[in-house]
Amino acid sequence: MDTGDTAWILTSSALVLFMTPGLALFYGGMVRGKNLLAMLMKNFAAMGVITITWMLVGYSLAFSGDVEGWGIVGNLDLFALGELSSDNKLGLGSAVHGLTVPDNAFMVFQMMFAIITPALIAGAVAERMKFGAWVAFIAIWSIVVYAPMAHWVWGGGFIATEIQAIDFAGGLVVHINAGAAALALILVLGRRIGWRQSPIRPGALPLTLIGAGILWFGWFGFNSGSALASNGAAANAFVTTQVAAGVAATTWIIMEHFVSGKPTTLGFASGAVAGLVAVTPAAGFISPIWALVIGIAAGVLCYGALQLKFKFNFDDSLDVVAVHLVGGIVGALLLGLFADEAIGGVDGLFFGNSEQFARQLASIVVAFAYSFIVSYALAVILDRTIGIRASEEEERQGLDLALHEEQAWVFTE
Amino acid sequence: MKLIIAYINPFKLDEVRDALKETGVSGLSASNIQGFGRQSGHTETYRGAEYEVDFVPKVRLEVMVDDTLAPAVISTIEETARTDSIGDGKIAVVALEDVIRIRTGERGEDAI
Repeated sequence: MDTGDTAWILTSSALVLFMTPGLALFYGGMVRGKNLLAMLMKNFAAMGVITITWMLVGYSLAFSGDVEGWGIVGNLDLFALGELSSDNKLGLGSAVHGLTVPDNAFMVFQMMFAIITPALIAGAVAERMKFGAWVAFIAIWSIVVYAPMAHWVWGGGFIATEIQAIDFAGGLVVHINAGAAALALILVLGRRIGWRQSPIRPGALPLTLIGAGILWFGWFGFNSGSALASNGAAANAFVTTQVAAGVAATTWIIMEHFVSGKPTTLGFASGAVAGLVAVTPAAGFISPIWALVIGIAAGVLCYGALQLKFKFNFDDSLDVVAVHLVGGIVGALLLGLFADEAIGGVDGLFFGNSEQFARQLASIVVAFAYSFIVSYALAVILDRTIGIRASEEEERQGLDLALHEEQAWVFTE
Repeated sequence: MKLIIAYINPFKLDEVRDALKETGVSGLSASNIQGFGRQSGHTETYRGAEYEVDFVPKVRLEVMVDDTLAPAVISTIEETARTDSIGDGKIAVVALEDVIRIRTGERGEDAI
């Protein structure tokens, strides 16, 4: 056990948890004032509900052994954390990373990822999804979609061992996974009342900027912490994270300047998050110069992807698909080109390994297909049973009052 | 007595208030409102999607004055709020039946 590594992983765990309230503000500022609390609540709910599902079964399914050696799912030996302890006697995940931190530290670090991933989906269901249905969706989703995906990529499952794709901090497990689920929910939920007919404008963009700042800050725990040690790989991931975020934010507002005329605060925040998403799978595998290229690609491609929802008539309310699905794919694919063995032990195409790009592509197809299909089925089942969409009256009144009996902005004493 | 209601540009509020104080007005109310007139709205862009916003922000002033002061108040607002461009606003003059100061119970011009 290494005290420096342990200190960094515990610190990173707190940083990653802090991303979820940051995400709540990032999203909350983009909805109308009458739906602000409902948006915050959908994110905060993940901090409660997923703590329970992860502690009881999620962690075990992701990281405890492997049923029959199929590489599909872990076992239930660590139900309710079982014999997990504060030393590293089980050496969990050691097959993947050779950990030098307590089992509990690794478990809680992974818990924070399991929390923010379903929270990311909340932006797609903004202003129209019922709260109870949301809680049911993320609780089940974290067990049947997130935990297996984490197992496939980080827990010794088939994406790591058979396909041999790499994912440093969650391009597949977090962003493509959440983006595909967001797309499924959008299709089942349908569009908000008045979408594209009356203006549905962001109600409080300063909150969005504060949220983007908190996300950026927390992302250092997310990416740099994913080195699972306090070492050079962590420092490399820290640097590539900063470079990609800064470059993508700048790229985004340059795009706005040329395409629509004026640089916007929402554009800067969106670009920063797109860059952070895209560099996530690559952070510990590439050198900073390639993080710069990934940042530019994320800024250009995610900005372009925003317009697709109008072509398809999908009400992806807060652009979860354009930022997380597209950003995640950009990063996971470019990683197949830019990975450098000298940095993270794997070479990409530009460094002479012609196979890695195809491996990355295969892993993206698998992650997208599994998440989309299971999420779609889950959404349909919930819709047919408890119903997932708020009533028209509730939607017009605003979800804050209708679902929570509270208001975000109170102007009288 | 008259109730003078003026719709003016928000950036003119401080100037109009100072000018009205000099004419002898002892109090006024101002509220932030949205409206539209001949001045059309404006465009807002969020993540590349453009929205036409038909309402523009204005300030609504309400001043209660006695009949002798009314012409001076009207002309002061008119001159101070004017920029000669579209969107300078409007002034409405309404006959005021009675005014009551709640604390003392004074009525009519004494309450202004």
